[in-house]
Amino acid sequence: MQDMKKQEMLALAGDQAVAFAVKQSDVDVVAAYPITPQTIIVEKFSEYVANGEVQTEFVCVESEHSAMAASLSASATGARTFTATASAGLALMHEMLFVASGCRAPVVMAIANRALSAPLNIHGDHSDSMAQRDSGWIQMYAENAQEAYDSIIQAFRIAENLDVLLPVMVGLDGFTLSHTLENVEVLLDSVVKQFVGTRKFPNVLTHEGKNAPFKLDPANPMTMGPIALQNYYFEFKRQQEEAMRNALKVIKKANSEYAEISGRSYGNGLVEGYRLEDAEVAAICLGSTAGTIKTVVDELRKEGVKAGLLRIRVFRPLPFEEVRSALQNVKAVAVMDKCTSFGGNGGPVFHEIRHALYDRTDRPYIVNYIYGLGGRDTSPTELRSIYEYLQRVLQTQSVEKNIQYLGLRD
Amino acid sequence: MTNKEWKFTTKDIAVKPDLFKSGHRACAGCGPATVFRMIMKATRGPTIVTEATGCMEVVSSIYPYTSWGVPWLHTAFETAASNASGIEAALKIMKKKGRLTQEHVDVIAFAGDGGTYDIGIQALSGAVERGHDFLFVLYDNEAYMNTGIQRSGGTPHGAATTTSPAGTAIPGKLEYKKPIAEIMVAHDIPYVATASPYYWKDLLIKVRKGLEVEGPAFLHVFAPCPRGWRSDPAKSIEYSKLAVETCVFPVWETVYGERQLSTPSRLIALAPQRKKPVADYLKGQGRFRHLFKPQGKKLLEEVQRITDQRWQRLLMNCGMPQKP
Repeated sequence: MQDMKKQEMLALAGDQAVAFAVKQSDVDVVAAYPITPQTIIVEKFSEYVANGEVQTEFVCVESEHSAMAASLSASATGARTFTATASAGLALMHEMLFVASGCRAPVVMAIANRALSAPLNIHGDHSDSMAQRDSGWIQMYAENAQEAYDSIIQAFRIAENLDVLLPVMVGLDGFTLSHTLENVEVLLDSVVKQFVGTRKFPNVLTHEGKNAPFKLDPANPMTMGPIALQNYYFEFKRQQEEAMRNALKVIKKANSEYAEISGRSYGNGLVEGYRLEDAEVAAICLGSTAGTIKTVVDELRKEGVKAGLLRIRVFRPLPFEEVRSALQNVKAVAVMDKCTSFGGNGGPVFHEIRHALYDRTDRPYIVNYIYGLGGRDTSPTELRSIYEYLQRVLQTQSVEKNIQYLGLRD
Repeated sequence: MTNKEWKFTTKDIAVKPDLFKSGHRACAGCGPATVFRMIMKATRGPTIVTEATGCMEVVSSIYPYTSWGVPWLHTAFETAASNASGIEAALKIMKKKGRLTQEHVDVIAFAGDGGTYDIGIQALSGAVERGHDFLFVLYDNEAYMNTGIQRSGGTPHGAATTTSPAGTAIPGKLEYKKPIAEIMVAHDIPYVATASPYYWKDLLIKVRKGLEVEGPAFLHVFAPCPRGWRSDPAKSIEYSKLAVETCVFPVWETVYGERQLSTPSRLIALAPQRKKPVADYLKGQGRFRHLFKPQGKKLLEEVQRITDQRWQRLLMNCGMPQKP
């Protein structure tokens, strides 16, 4: 509690907050390639390197594909590793994301969420990270710059946990968060350093019959990233699924332990409910939109509408149990997707929330809103219209149209 | 680099334990397998190996078995050089922070011609431009052999592959072999060399030099593939010799920009009558069979012409121009 008081308030844009968190997290290797709206992260970090403020090897690679290859290789060698990207850069990494998670390399990566081409668009939506949904990475989405800072610090602890050993991506909405100055409370360097600790390695049995830390070390040779065929590949994948399940617990714990040093927590770490206890109508969203929705919910509450919000902080692993229990009393739900699944009848968050609620006998009405693609602004008035629609659903006891587009020129 | 001239004796080689061990699943007569075993004999201490997807990766790492006596990492096809970048960066900072138990660890990246000439060239170019201290070994068997003999940027003119078959309209690969080692010389890195496993001492010395140099080193090793070349598995090493004797694959090295022919090729330069016709090397290889049919005459002449032209250019670069 002593150290908590010693936090400093800085004016930081989301990207700067991320770079600051990385600077404090005793990172060994950063391998990254610049792309809008992530550039500030690598620029800021380059400054730290140039001014000798960090003990980090910065590898200014020639592409995002190499950024991920170098990151996972550095991680396999025993280094704490960070990288950052967005949009096309994340798409270019696609192949290597699966290799990183398959090699159980606990790389941490910030994603300044941005739309995918074509047409070319540099603004925020979730198409980039949603397309990496099944890459075996833990996915966290921040609501504001403060949370981006806090989540990066937590991410190292989560990724490197021996029950997890999975890479983690932390999404922050492009421009809305990446480039917007906010008040961010930062911890003391020493407090962060203690929280992230030093990287630990599980002991594994090597082919030479030794019990040795899982990393590339000439003292204990091991073969990493081998070919595993029909007889073994399946077991590797099953272990990754197991690690994802373990991550649920570890993320919750990181959230509560972080609260002890910072005074800040985000729901239970996995989901954050806002005025949900007695809510009849609720929206579900990821990222920065939650901030605006909270204001709308407050207004509606004043008007006597039993409105609430569920923010999904962790999309992978999706906390199905928490989603189900958080929505226990809700009668109509609007799931918001800043991404679409062409031909998939709704966006990815909608699919999964609907899936989570299927086993409930008293399932609520559920509507999907596709919104904000290519960074289109979403106003409080538009968000309000969602709740109005949900109320109409309850009045008429029917859903006319379950996939809707918000703020679209029809 | 030390000034010491490395002299590997057969005894040295026999005494040193294999780091690329037997039991791998390579085909009979596999050139790359011989090359790998030799290269790992020339390491000088703690070493980490990373490898691109390809023949040698799959034959040496079938889980739960491995042929590797050193730490080894494979990630993807196009990433041998970017893996090496990450490994080298990690070793550097871990040493600085006092977390490395070894005084120094060498990094070797292996890739085939596909992983070097084609899909891996961007990562390779980027890694050497950044100056990482590692040795990149290209084992060149001149096509995508792992996937079934498809043509690559390293496949020579006239060769038949499954994607450049010798048909009635098109007689094998029409394009010329990309001069990859020249491209690496143009990157102005400390060490670039070509080597053939027939001249094993020359190969081992070059590996050692590549490891000793500070910064990136590139070694292009000729590696016959009996399956892909449709050649006698017993003759892989013989073809490694003939490729040098015909100047199809001359051996040379460039140390800090200074190029010189290595002994086997220098002897040919000094006594041009020793230079054998390309047909001596091409005949017997099924991939060039069509060159020896009446309609292949022109193509055969063209292969000889390109070989001569490239040899002359190399002699110029080595300061040994010859009168026509």
